[in-house]
Amino acid sequence: MSTSHGTARTNGNGHARTRSGLRGYSAWSLLRHGLSRSGWPRAWREHELRDRYDAVIIGGGVHGLATAYYLARDHGMRHIAVLERAYVGSGGSGRNTAILRSNYLTPEGVRFYDRSIQLYEHLAADLNFNVMFSQRGHLTLAHNDASLRTMRWRTEVNKLQGVDSEVIGPDRIGELVPYLDTSAETRYPILGALYHPPGGIVRHDAVVWGYARGADAHGVHIHQQTEVTGIDVEHGRVRGLRTNRGRIATPVVLNATAGWSSLVSHQAGVEMPVQTFPLQAAVTEPVRPFLDTVVVSGTLHVYVSQTDRGELVFGASVDPFASYSIRGSLEFTEGIAGHVLELMPALHRMRLLRQWAGLCDMTPDYSPIMGPTPVEGFYVDVGWGTYGFKAGPVSGEAMAACIADGKPPEIISAFGLDRFADGRLVGEKGAAAVGH
Amino acid sequence: MMLLPCPWCGPRHAGEFRFHGAAGTRPDPATTTPEQWRRYLYVHDNPRGWQTESWYHSAGCRRFLTVERNTLTHEVRSARDTQLDAAPNAAEDAR
Repeated sequence: MSTSHGTARTNGNGHARTRSGLRGYSAWSLLRHGLSRSGWPRAWREHELRDRYDAVIIGGGVHGLATAYYLARDHGMRHIAVLERAYVGSGGSGRNTAILRSNYLTPEGVRFYDRSIQLYEHLAADLNFNVMFSQRGHLTLAHNDASLRTMRWRTEVNKLQGVDSEVIGPDRIGELVPYLDTSAETRYPILGALYHPPGGIVRHDAVVWGYARGADAHGVHIHQQTEVTGIDVEHGRVRGLRTNRGRIATPVVLNATAGWSSLVSHQAGVEMPVQTFPLQAAVTEPVRPFLDTVVVSGTLHVYVSQTDRGELVFGASVDPFASYSIRGSLEFTEGIAGHVLELMPALHRMRLLRQWAGLCDMTPDYSPIMGPTPVEGFYVDVGWGTYGFKAGPVSGEAMAACIADGKPPEIISAFGLDRFADGRLVGEKGAAAVGH
Repeated sequence: MMLLPCPWCGPRHAGEFRFHGAAGTRPDPATTTPEQWRRYLYVHDNPRGWQTESWYHSAGCRRFLTVERNTLTHEVRSARDTQLDAAPNAAEDAR
């Protein structure tokens, strides 16, 4: 990223912007750029840091950028800044395994995540950016009666909310996933699965870049390499914040960070019921397409999907103890290899290319924390555990409405910070603990 | 790999232990309010750095330990028996 300061550079995309969406990328522009060999213009601009904004969003991931985008597009807010400590999409948004689904356990959760899937279905058109959402179906395997029971429960809750889910048996699973070992001789025989056809995978970087470009086109300032060092609160009200590039006066601050949510909230004097754990993932060398659906096993703590490039992406549950370290561990590699081979013995000669970790802010009930805080003007969209990426669009839409109206919209009213003091938890562990 | 220096068993692989989160003082159930109790259950400091936490040596001496550990570097400064720590006079008897 160049560090040109001064007046904002022209975007160059033309950005004939309409309320319904952005223009600029098309088959015609691809052909034109391909023939002319001219470089593609930057998708968003750099700006001087102003000393005053109407709203400042901390965290340049999908949640922060989506909130900025919907605030500017749907609520007409003009002077918005998104502050990102490193580069856009460098945190959880670029470290997740890009799986989307809405087959949760509580009605609140199912409604919320289903709205996100609906937004994802139209996101490429909305943002004029191909996010490569592939609704290839999502299977959560049951290896014991307790899992099967929870899946039947989830199926019924899902159906009541109009979400497509059903429990299927080993024969049908074998047809959907030919290389899966569905025999009865394995250590953990597969008894059935929760099949969720609308689930799938998306290209996570494209989602982040698409929102960044869209927010920029609506006048949002995106400031990378800008770290918040303090939040100024006077008489229980946000006045502004301090950064490594100077002070900003603002009446509204949104904490949309992951892995930093406790630390950022502490700067405003707000305590978070959150513990931070790393989650590790790995990717193999690419092979020919053979795996169509996303396959998840809660018992074996593993989920597998194949990208459009042919790599297999493996994810696990969070590490067994709290940590802010994003170094990989050998225990993870050994564990995931063993568990994947339990499911698909045919993969024994595949080689891992790399592994990585991201930070997950775990809440006591496996549901997020969204909405206002005791400090007026300080909002949070945190506690996203292992399920934040799939909720990016709906969180942006809901948090934008929350900031514009000063109160949370109905779709996130169950996820307020006050639920912990009141004992109104939204228990999603049965659907969110491992099955991504 | 992380080793925890168990006061009874010596340095052992972290996989032998169960992590129980930040160590806190349990309020007296007889006098506490629901709000205080929920605060004790749910709200943790979650520091990026040194933290005092609770571990259970499930595959070893089966004692609860109070461990001072850095959550960023995984360095461990101390590990003490939680119960004996609370009542130091019992240490000699236990040995």
